[in-house]
Amino acid sequence: MRGPDVIWYVGVAGFLFCTGALGVLIRRSPLIVLLSLEIMLNGANLALIAFARHYGQGAGQIFAITVMAVAASEVVVGLGLIVAISRRNLELDVDKLSTLRG
Amino acid sequence: MIVASVSNVLVWAVWVLAAFACVGTGIAVISFTNPFYSALSLIGNLASLAVLYLLLSAEFVAAAQVLVYAGAVMVMFLFVIAYLGGRADAPWAGGPSWQALGAVAASAALFTEVVVVVGLKSSGRLSHSAHIDSAYGTPAEIGRLFLTDQLLAFEITSIVLLIAAVGGVILGSHSRAHPVEGVEQ
Repeated sequence: MRGPDVIWYVGVAGFLFCTGALGVLIRRSPLIVLLSLEIMLNGANLALIAFARHYGQGAGQIFAITVMAVAASEVVVGLGLIVAISRRNLELDVDKLSTLRG
Repeated sequence: MIVASVSNVLVWAVWVLAAFACVGTGIAVISFTNPFYSALSLIGNLASLAVLYLLLSAEFVAAAQVLVYAGAVMVMFLFVIAYLGGRADAPWAGGPSWQALGAVAASAALFTEVVVVVGLKSSGRLSHSAHIDSAYGTPAEIGRLFLTDQLLAFEITSIVLLIAAVGGVILGSHSRAHPVEGVEQ
């Protein structure tokens, strides 16, 4: 395999995952939380594809495509929720949307 | 020999460019206050990830990444951001600063954990990758896997997408958004 070893790709994947986790933790706009979730899913995808290349088997790529479909579904539902929230004239802030808190 | 080492250097250069673009745009996504710029940075992130997928000889996944993510999903994001207009802006202000500090510490700890665990467990085993034939990662190979070995994953994916489409329609339909006025059901 030319170029860097698989471990370098896994390092980038880990960094992406942690960047996304940081975004989910510190941002309060639900839109940016969704974008950060996309970064986390993409970090996991990169690790899956890197390990699939390492073992020379295609199953990891299949898993990555499945993760993409799940991410697309999650975006549909999440954006639908955000539009519904904004239609009810609630504030777009994940800290203030606490009606369901026990 | 010289040709091999030159192409190795080229692959390294492309990798370094793509990896730095990936990391930089990832940080940009979570640091812009305007979600429009965040979404644009995410498009850059997805494009550089597609380059990394190409280097890992996953051609079909790279194409699907650009088409599905950078095409469809990001267009949906941009439409919603445009629909929300100025309400979508999310300034950093407010909240105690120890929360942000704790979040940074937590994600740094997570990253350290990932690096330490992968470094300890792999210990050199990740340096010699398996040899692959030219069919690896092509659409034909992915399609063969999807319709033979991974048929269950294929079917479950289609059901998940169907459920998400129905959920999106239900969430977006106007009568459900205002159930108080619900004369028209």
